[in-house]
Amino acid sequence: MRTSLKLSLLLASLVGIIALFLLFEIDLSQDYMIHKRSIRLASMLVVGVSVGFSSLVFQTLSQNRILTPAIMGYESIFILFQTVIVFIYGDKTFQVITEQNNFFYAVLLMMGFSLLMYLFMFRRSKLGMLYLLLSGIVMGTLFQTFSQFMQILIDPNEFTVIQNFMFVSFSKMNTKLLSIASITLLATLIYASFYIKYLDVIALGRDHAINLGLNYQGLVRRFMLVISLLVSVSTALVGPITFLGILVCNLTYELFPNRKHPAMLTVCCLISCLCLVAGQFLIEHIFQFSTTVSIVINFIGGLYFLYLLWSTRKKIT
Amino acid sequence: MVDSQKDYLTFQDIHKHYGEKIVLNAISAEIAHGKITSLIGPNGAGKSTLLAILSRLLKQDGGKVSFFDKNIGSYKGQDLAKKLAILRQSNHLDLKLTVEDLVSFGRFPYSQGRLSSEDKEAVQNAIRFTELESLADAYLDELSGGQRQRAFISMIIAQDTDYILLDEPLNNLDMKHSVHVMKTLRRLVDELGKTVILVIHEINFAAQYSDFIIALKNGEIVQHDKTNQIIQSNVLRDIFEIDFDIIDRNDKLICNYFNL
Repeated sequence: MRTSLKLSLLLASLVGIIALFLLFEIDLSQDYMIHKRSIRLASMLVVGVSVGFSSLVFQTLSQNRILTPAIMGYESIFILFQTVIVFIYGDKTFQVITEQNNFFYAVLLMMGFSLLMYLFMFRRSKLGMLYLLLSGIVMGTLFQTFSQFMQILIDPNEFTVIQNFMFVSFSKMNTKLLSIASITLLATLIYASFYIKYLDVIALGRDHAINLGLNYQGLVRRFMLVISLLVSVSTALVGPITFLGILVCNLTYELFPNRKHPAMLTVCCLISCLCLVAGQFLIEHIFQFSTTVSIVINFIGGLYFLYLLWSTRKKIT
Repeated sequence: MVDSQKDYLTFQDIHKHYGEKIVLNAISAEIAHGKITSLIGPNGAGKSTLLAILSRLLKQDGGKVSFFDKNIGSYKGQDLAKKLAILRQSNHLDLKLTVEDLVSFGRFPYSQGRLSSEDKEAVQNAIRFTELESLADAYLDELSGGQRQRAFISMIIAQDTDYILLDEPLNNLDMKHSVHVMKTLRRLVDELGKTVILVIHEINFAAQYSDFIIALKNGEIVQHDKTNQIIQSNVLRDIFEIDFDIIDRNDKLICNYFNL
């Protein structure tokens, strides 16, 4: 029963921080304030759920506690795509291509990439998950280098357009994009919900999963597709933020050691939203926008990551 | 083959190679139904590979495994999981799971995650079968290697399949629990009519408990016969290339090869 107490505490703190975020020093005579804050809040919730869900599923598939989907190079392909269009259209980019179309193309590209990686992987099935991860790292680095090369070539003014995509920000939100992203998120979650019951078994590893009657390869393919969709939603909305995943997944494991996936996924999404809203609140009101949420997340996440490495090292020796 | 009863798990012409190295070279046999069959042979003979192919964990490069007159690959995963279970070596999990949680996974093919009262009973029976009652609530990462091995065997028993394939199930087990596991397997076969195939290194366990022995060497089947026909000093010397002294005591064959 302690689990349900922890869950309600978590929920209460999330509701509390949301209320604080919306109402802190609000001037009710200016209703655009609360409107703008709700849009930022909604985008944070969409991103929080995407990051939490995709990271936890990814860690289960890879049976690893210190990886996030970032290792698969999804974010570098997003940056590459943005760099290429800016490279071609220059500062006229958003006269040629609308933000919604940009979002669609980015999502499609990331899904296509995920399928391609998957095909690579199962051509040689015995190499399995590790092979997939390694190819992800290599491809990610390749795309990153391509982007850097093009970024050096273009006009510095146009580079600022790309820079806008490279750093996480919740202030650049666009309502139309937000609704498309929410619909994508919702559809993906509904699709994933049919397969959540298999995640507990997948966590046991390939051999046990097959022994217990799972279509392991098919399920991995489906979940990789779900992950790529969710990562594209969060990346296209606010930029590369999946590092947050390490933090929230491991907090989930520590707070709720019972490894039942439906519960863990819920908790992970809640923690993820909590971190984002709390972080953004700090930035807006304590740091007065002098820093960005990604810096705060990377700072805290990085420290926690080091702690994780340190504590596993102690366990091994 | 030797037995007149129909054999349901058969394989023909199985090839497997890793790169240039041929691991299994066109081998064929039938596994006796309702018996214990041990796979023996020196390291690298292809025993584990054969077991993995028989249980669809690994794809063969040529040949066919048939199970109840159907190609094993044509079964639906969930249906096959109710008929055939496999436990491989090295079961390391970095998960916070209790023994009971793990054993409950054995019911997944039936329950799809929602345990009925029947499933729960099967879990408790399996835990009792492997004498793990006192450890049912212990976490796997707090157990010794042998206890963890028993927990995995318990999961396989909870899966309640007619065919049970085990890759070196006695790994990490002390003598008492090795004997206990082998007696459990014997009971599963004698009382419940199950078929057990296991890879085993200790020749004396194979000699005492199995009905048939398949001996592999360099990717080929060199012997496949009733246990007593294999446990002969000249046959074993050919397989393992060391000397064996076979002691016959109360109709039980014991091999001494330790210091001859």
